[in-house]
Formats: sequence, structure tokens, C-alpha cells
Amino acid sequence: MNARLRWRKFVSNFMLTMTGVCALVSVAVLFFILGYLVYHGGASINWDFFTKLPAPVGESGGGMANAILGSAKLLLLATLFGVPIGFFGAIYLAEFSGSKVAFVVRYAADLLNGVPSIVIGIFAYGVAVQPFKHFSTFAGGFALGVMMIPITLRSTEQFLLGVPRTLREGAMALGASKWKTIATVVVPAAYRGILTAVLLAFARVAGETAPLLFTALGNRFWSNGWNEPTASLPVMIYNYALSPFEDWHRQAWAAGLVLLGLILVINIVARAILARGISVPRA
Amino acid sequence: MHASVRPAVSVNITPPVITGASRETAAPSEMRMTISKVNFWYGAKQTLFDISLGIATSKVTALIGPSGCGKSTLLRTLDRMHETVRNSRLEGQILLDGKNILDQDVTLLRRRVGMVFQRPNPFPKSIFENVAYGLRINGSKLPMGDAVEKSLRHAALWDEVKDHLHKSAYELSGGQQQRLCIARALAVEPEVLLLDEPCSALDPISTAKIEELLVQLKDLCTIVTVTHNMQQAARISDFTAFLLTGQLIEFSPTPQLFTKPTDARTEAYITGRFG
Repeated sequence: MNARLRWRKFVSNFMLTMTGVCALVSVAVLFFILGYLVYHGGASINWDFFTKLPAPVGESGGGMANAILGSAKLLLLATLFGVPIGFFGAIYLAEFSGSKVAFVVRYAADLLNGVPSIVIGIFAYGVAVQPFKHFSTFAGGFALGVMMIPITLRSTEQFLLGVPRTLREGAMALGASKWKTIATVVVPAAYRGILTAVLLAFARVAGETAPLLFTALGNRFWSNGWNEPTASLPVMIYNYALSPFEDWHRQAWAAGLVLLGLILVINIVARAILARGISVPRA
Repeated sequence: MHASVRPAVSVNITPPVITGASRETAAPSEMRMTISKVNFWYGAKQTLFDISLGIATSKVTALIGPSGCGKSTLLRTLDRMHETVRNSRLEGQILLDGKNILDQDVTLLRRRVGMVFQRPNPFPKSIFENVAYGLRINGSKLPMGDAVEKSLRHAALWDEVKDHLHKSAYELSGGQQQRLCIARALAVEPEVLLLDEPCSALDPISTAKIEELLVQLKDLCTIVTVTHNMQQAARISDFTAFLLTGQLIEFSPTPQLFTKPTDARTEAYITGRFG
């Protein structure tokens, strides 16, 4: 009996330790990456990094101002293209469609979400680069926007479905039409969840490289407008990390650090939004 | 609102015939709504059978009966909320001030026939915005402070909330939330107010407040309330309809229904033998 009890205690302690270690490792990976980025790239983050163009090959110094602006432009385009489609599609799914249509659209969205980003890149190359015979910021924004559609759609739908039916009835009983009910009660009740979903979709595509390789391409200089190729942080990291120059490696680390910092900030903002305002209590 | 146009001395034996549907033409003893031969189906299942009754103007009419008897369904046909459920079908005629509600624009109808639900369902907005909601969606751009105050006073909530109108409606207690929902419904000045078991989620003290309120609101609008609490029906209503398995068994002035029921099933129900 005593031996059996000791064995049980041993198993219990062993499992507790193991789960604890696994939890620690998963957190440690993030801090390890962060530490690594700071260690290798921290020194290259200076004023020049944010304000100067990349230095010519062979010279040291320079920055990634064009890539930072390029990424901002790409993400703006992607958001303008992907979020409205995902958002209004979600409204249709949650509020109007029958269960069959909803099932098909949901399934398709999940599949689209699972399509490898390189394939999205080839697709965007086919429809937004080849016909125009040149790479462009538009094509890159389009590729990232396509990736944002399913994420926005699925999470927005979930948040809309989470709005209690009684709220809809309350609005309709006051003479609100279906559209008015959605616009004045349902969406406001879900908007913080929706905004969080949009920010997370944004963070997700901010670091995508593959869809940009043959759409926005890359650029050593300022991009001459939306119809021209542009530099972006992820593609810059890719090119610099593969280069033979020590200085470029350091700058690639620095770019990684900036990108991670951006995503971290977005996550924190998303959480801050979720935490304030009037939320519907769970029934 | 209606009280002000009612004659001080009721001597009008023959109400004047006025063409054009002014809502004030109805004399107090008249029927605000008339339900005739209403049959109702959810899919293939019929839940209301040949219901006919009148809803007297400026009175409280209670619908009672055991769970599943169709009283909530009947109530929801009066502002056509049943249409929000797929595959529902209604046959028959429901008149509001002499006009069939089924032929009218549903959003306009619901502004004239308000509804309060079983559980308080305030919007995730401030107290003020909850009450102002009905006015805003009707396109009112005027400052609505007065209208909001008036509605909150009618709902006996003003004194409790006047100092924090801009706080979330969810900070109120359940009973306060339900009175807020009543204020929200009253803000658009409905002719009829429907209440679907408005006290079933509330404690006895909040229930007493709402009952008292409903009796006072008679002067403002016609009230139809569903309840499974017979004492409540006896306390607050002028007329009571007893439903059983989708059929109207008995409909009489409340004192009569509770003291001298004509149908054996009504008697069995009110004496607590079932339901």
C-alpha cells in the first residue's frame, strides 16, 4: 500500500514537472527569439535605420526607410481590400444566409486560410502581375489582402453570432429594420471583437514574405508610386539574410526586431481595446 | 397621452363618426386591437387554433395558461415578431384601430406596438442611449433629453438613474434593467405595449414595482401581458384570457374569470389542479 502511494505521488510530481517545463519552453521560445533579435540587431537600430535608404553594395551603414514605408503601404492596401470583403461577407453569413450557404462559405474560407502563402503569391502573380507585365505595390497589397479575407470573415462571423438574439429582438421590436438592427445594435455590440480580429489578421500578414516575393518584388530605392515595385520589411530580411555581407546580416536582424515590435504593439493594442468599453455580459 | 383626449365625463353614447384613422378617435371602451380567427403554425406544427379576442383600449389584458399553451406566440403575433422565426405561418386577421396589421409596413407597426421581453435586454449602450434608441432610429435629430426623462419617469426609474445616465445599462440591477426596457419601449409613444412574462427573471420586490407600474401605464397605452403567475394576472389585469394547447378556453373580465369561471378547465387551472 505504501509503495503504491509513493508511486502515485511520483507519477503526479513527474507529470506536474513535465507540463510545467513544456509551458515554460513555449514561453521561452518567444523570449529566446526576442533576445536573439535584440542581441544581433539591436546595435543596427539607430536613426539611420528608420530614415535612410539601403547603402550601395559594399558600403556599410544605410537604413530601411523605404522598406518600412513599403510595408506600411502594402498593409494599408491589404486592409482596404481584405477587411471590407471579410466583414460584409461575415454579416451575410451571420445574419442572412441559410445554413447550407453558410456551411459552404465557411468551409471555403477555412480552406483559403489553409492555402500556403506561397500559393497565394503565385495566384496574385497570375492575376495582378502578369496581365500588367510588371511588379507593383498593388499586386503585393492584393496578395496580402486575399490572406486577410478568411481570417477577418471567420472571426467577425463568430463575434456576430455571439451577440444574443434578444438584443436583435429588442431593436426590431422598436421598429428597426433588419439593416438598422445590424448597424446600430449587432455590430456595435460586437465591434471590439471585430476590431481585435482585424488587428490580428493585420499582424498575421505583416510578416508574410512569400506572397510578396513575386508581386511587390522589392526595391533598393523609394518606390515611384503604387504602381511600382516596392521594398518591404519581410522581403528585405529575406534578401539581406541570404547575402554574404556581415553588415547586411545585422540589418536583417534589426528589421526582424522592428517587425516583431510592430506585431507586439498591435497585439497589445488589440488586448487593450478588448478590455474597455461596454460589453454584453454572457447569459 | 391618450388620457388627455379622453372626455372628462363619459357621456358619449354614440361616438362621433370620424373618417381618417386618427389614433385618438377610439373611445376608451373600444377595442384597440381585434384578433379574429388566428391560426398559427411553426413549420407543420399548429400552435394556435382559431383564436378570437379583443384588446380593450387603455386596459390591461393578461394572457395566462400553462407552459407551451401558445400565450407567448399569440402575444408575438400582435407586433408580428413571429416573422423573425423561419417557417412560421399565420392565418386570420389582427386589427389595430380597425386596420389589418398584416397589410402594414412591419417597422411602422412595431413603432405603434411596443414589446418588452422575458429577460431584460438592454443594448450595450448607456442608459440614456438605450431610451433614446427608438427615437434615433426614427430619424429624430432633436435634443432628446426631455423625451428620455419623460420615459424614464413613466417607467419609475428616473430618480434612481438621473445622476448616471451615461453609465452602461448593464450596471443596473435586473429589475432596473427591465424598467429601462419599459422606458425604452415607451419612448416612441406606442399605442399598445406587449409584455412577455416581464417579471419571470426578477425578484419579488422588482416584480412588485413593475406590477405597480403597469397599472399606472394604462393611462398611457393599452397593455397586453403574458404571465404564468395567476396571482399577478388577478392583481393587475382588467381582462384575462386563458389558453390551453393553442386554444382560447375562456376570456372574461378578470374578477369574473377568477371567481366564476364558466369552463371546467379554467377552474381546474386556476385552482391549481394542473399547469
